[in-house]
Amino acid sequence: MGMQITLTVNGESVTREAEPNTLLVTFIRETLRLTGTHVGCDTSQCGACTVHVDGRAVKSCGMLAAQAQGKSVTTIEGLAAADGTLHPMQAAFRTCHGLQCGFCTPGMVMSAVDLVQHHGCSNEQQVREALEGNICRCTGYHNIVKAVQLGAAGMKA
Amino acid sequence: MNARQGFIGSSVERREDGRFLTGKGQYTDDITLPGQTYAYFLRSPYAHARIKSLSTTEAAKAPGVLGIFTGEHFKAVGGLPCGWLINSLDGSPMKEPKHPVLADGKVRYVGDRVAMVVAETLDQAKAAAELIEVDYDELPAVVNTAKAAGASAPGQSVHDEAPDNRCYHWGIGDKDGTEAAFAQAAHITTLTFRNNRLVPNAMEPRAANAYYDTNADNYTLYVSNQNPHVERLLMCAFVLGIPEHKLRVVAPDVGGGFGSKIYLYGEETAMVFASKQIKRPIKWTCDRSEAFLSDAHGRDHVSTAKLALDKDGNFLALRADTTANIGAYLSTFASCVPTILHATLLAGQYKTPKIWCEVTAVFTNTAPVDAYRGAGRPEATYLLERIVETAAHELGVNPAELRRRNFITTFPYATPVGLTYDTGDYDATMRRAIELADVAGFAARKAASAAKGLKRGLGYSAYIEACGIAPSSVAGALGARAGLFEAGEVRVHPTGKVTIFTGSHSHGQGHETTFAQVVADKLGIPMDDIVIEHGDTGKVLFGMGTYGSRSLAVGGTAIVKAVDKIIAKGKKIAAHLLEAADTDIVFEGGEFKVAGTDKKVPFAAVSLTAYVPHNFPHDKLEPGLNENAFYDPSNFTYPAGTYICEVEIDPATGHTRIDRMTACDDFGNVINPMIVEGQVHGGLAQGIGQALLEHGVYDDETGQLLTGSYMDYAMPRADDLPSFTVETAKGTPCTHNPLGVKGCGEAGAIGSPPAVINAICDALGVKDVPMPATPYTVWKAANAAAR
Repeated sequence: MGMQITLTVNGESVTREAEPNTLLVTFIRETLRLTGTHVGCDTSQCGACTVHVDGRAVKSCGMLAAQAQGKSVTTIEGLAAADGTLHPMQAAFRTCHGLQCGFCTPGMVMSAVDLVQHHGCSNEQQVREALEGNICRCTGYHNIVKAVQLGAAGMKA
Repeated sequence: MNARQGFIGSSVERREDGRFLTGKGQYTDDITLPGQTYAYFLRSPYAHARIKSLSTTEAAKAPGVLGIFTGEHFKAVGGLPCGWLINSLDGSPMKEPKHPVLADGKVRYVGDRVAMVVAETLDQAKAAAELIEVDYDELPAVVNTAKAAGASAPGQSVHDEAPDNRCYHWGIGDKDGTEAAFAQAAHITTLTFRNNRLVPNAMEPRAANAYYDTNADNYTLYVSNQNPHVERLLMCAFVLGIPEHKLRVVAPDVGGGFGSKIYLYGEETAMVFASKQIKRPIKWTCDRSEAFLSDAHGRDHVSTAKLALDKDGNFLALRADTTANIGAYLSTFASCVPTILHATLLAGQYKTPKIWCEVTAVFTNTAPVDAYRGAGRPEATYLLERIVETAAHELGVNPAELRRRNFITTFPYATPVGLTYDTGDYDATMRRAIELADVAGFAARKAASAAKGLKRGLGYSAYIEACGIAPSSVAGALGARAGLFEAGEVRVHPTGKVTIFTGSHSHGQGHETTFAQVVADKLGIPMDDIVIEHGDTGKVLFGMGTYGSRSLAVGGTAIVKAVDKIIAKGKKIAAHLLEAADTDIVFEGGEFKVAGTDKKVPFAAVSLTAYVPHNFPHDKLEPGLNENAFYDPSNFTYPAGTYICEVEIDPATGHTRIDRMTACDDFGNVINPMIVEGQVHGGLAQGIGQALLEHGVYDDETGQLLTGSYMDYAMPRADDLPSFTVETAKGTPCTHNPLGVKGCGEAGAIGSPPAVINAICDALGVKDVPMPATPYTVWKAANAAAR
């Protein structure tokens, strides 16, 4: 039995039907067809599905769509400015070569924005510990850590 | 307007990043087709069992079910082929039992494909699969690599065709000469160790979407794959019998591969087969748990190595005996990994005069094992660099000095195990690595650690790899059943814009940037005027794909050769326009010029002339400006370097912290240093992961995979790793390709594991610590050593 869910996604109000057991990530990918949010595991470990819910990073595989009722969700598609200017964190990932295959990247960027906004991570060790919930297999994290530090500086500027 | 030159050697930002950073990448699971249906695979819960009966009657009646497929559907078609024939020492060919698309009467590993359900939704397919009734007759599982050979009772081996579970028993080198050299040795160092099984874990799980067009009578397969043309060739010619021109394979954005997406798997094969019956597109995306069970794994060798030295520390001979676990079936390139890609690298950087290596490959009731980043070369490097470092400690010689004493210094150099190194300077990379790692300051750091009750150690690894995997003629003589060239096409449009089609595939390596840098420099046009197309058999003429760090050295060279043909034709057109002789035309800075004059015509004017051939040498040339090239290298390329790891261990907890990881690599010429360094970083993380964290573990009795999720399999995370010190040496350019490049994709994963373990052994003063060196393992070693 479907239920009506109304929420704000990337600044626009949307109302769609979903099953009570539909995960938020499934709702985002399959119902809203916002495929920038990825699924990399089935145990809420990899962080590829990280989005912002009311401004805080959430692994969208660990939350039901129904729980997002009335909330504001930002996905990777909604992070850049309306004119296409990249968010400072997105730009920093490009500058620092903080991505290779790109699959973990949306979740990594969404986590990075949150950790700068809410945890003030700036030194290398803090960034490494804060990124523990996002797995990347390509970069060895070296350039991701640099990107997060550069992005943090950009966000403060 | 002339374009800026000098893209080659410049850290140009990646062109592919824009789409990945904004969520616009198109991975296979992102593609949903009109009328989409979904597949779910019922997998074996047992490691080894006969299927007594299998009933789909109830499942077929379940809501939304469109079709159920089992081994019965695939009896008449071929098995998934193995691309490399290995002959045993006695001359007999390897045992090559059929690798069925779906299990045929027997399951051979936990996760083996038993049935495929196609339904309107994934939930319906899963629900229906639960209604499939399978009656299994369980058999004893063969699991342990070292014990698999000869372990089965009659009728209970993994395959009836291999009653002793041996696939082949192969050897290379000079057995008698090696024995004679050992008889003369002043010192012999012996080590027995395991190269741990790894699960590749590309972050994008495997996925496919198969579609049959009833009107056109052709198929389209979207698949997360590293080599779509090979996928098509194998599926069409060896398994399903579909005419090759009737199947288009598209590998769109692919979220990492590391070898695991080279292979033809049963899942997409079953889906292509079923798509003609279902007459609607079928999508399947692997769960991570399913990926752990069903992706081809890597490594899993058990080896004994012996190194013979004379009284001065000169290597006299190396003997290696390896048992390689190839899992339940021969995956696409499984057979060549422990042999051609492993044993031929056992000379390493050293002039060891005699080498003998024997390899026994065993079937077990585990997931197939095939190439994973480095593929045989990490196993060879681990064997060699562990035993060299151990010998140095036993002899009381500085490990760097022992290596230097034995380095190959003259090139070309023919090794005793079949390769000819074209160029290298091993002492240069080692000296530079020693500087970068501040080895001179190690003693002080060790003392400082000791003052805190911590143990500090330093370990070296001087690796070499053979990349490119070619030439075809040599590979063919060694058993390869495929060509190993690469293809490229350069399509110059009338306005001078260029589309490059490459048979290489990019799944993180940045080809769209690197290849455009090469072409922009060659043609003297802006990078923005060039687009790189890859991963689609409907667009690209042919391709062997991406593996073995070959994309630039082989695929890039094919493009360069095609560009050269464009320039050669362009010169003839320009000569006509400028009323000069062909031989007087030079091409530089994007312009065709009459040498020694100011007469010139820009590239775009020549391309326009080629397509609007009003004033054109029709008597000598065809119109148009489109060229392709197939490049088959004359040799492998040989990247090499030295890695130095420095660890600090807390003996109370066994925790190992990597304090410094230094890599100095000779990759020959480098096109984009930023991308190359990124490749090394990623390889280092996977190598450190192997050394400290990762281990694919099956229960020895039941054959259940104990490390089947990210809760159990320790993936390296950001806080497990240090920042790396990576430097690409000025280097020795490859002598046999025009770019002088060698390949950089696998080096990090090849060079780093022995450096880490050597450092741990140094810290603890022990001979060996098994991989992965988890805290418990290290704690045991530390405390045994303390007693």
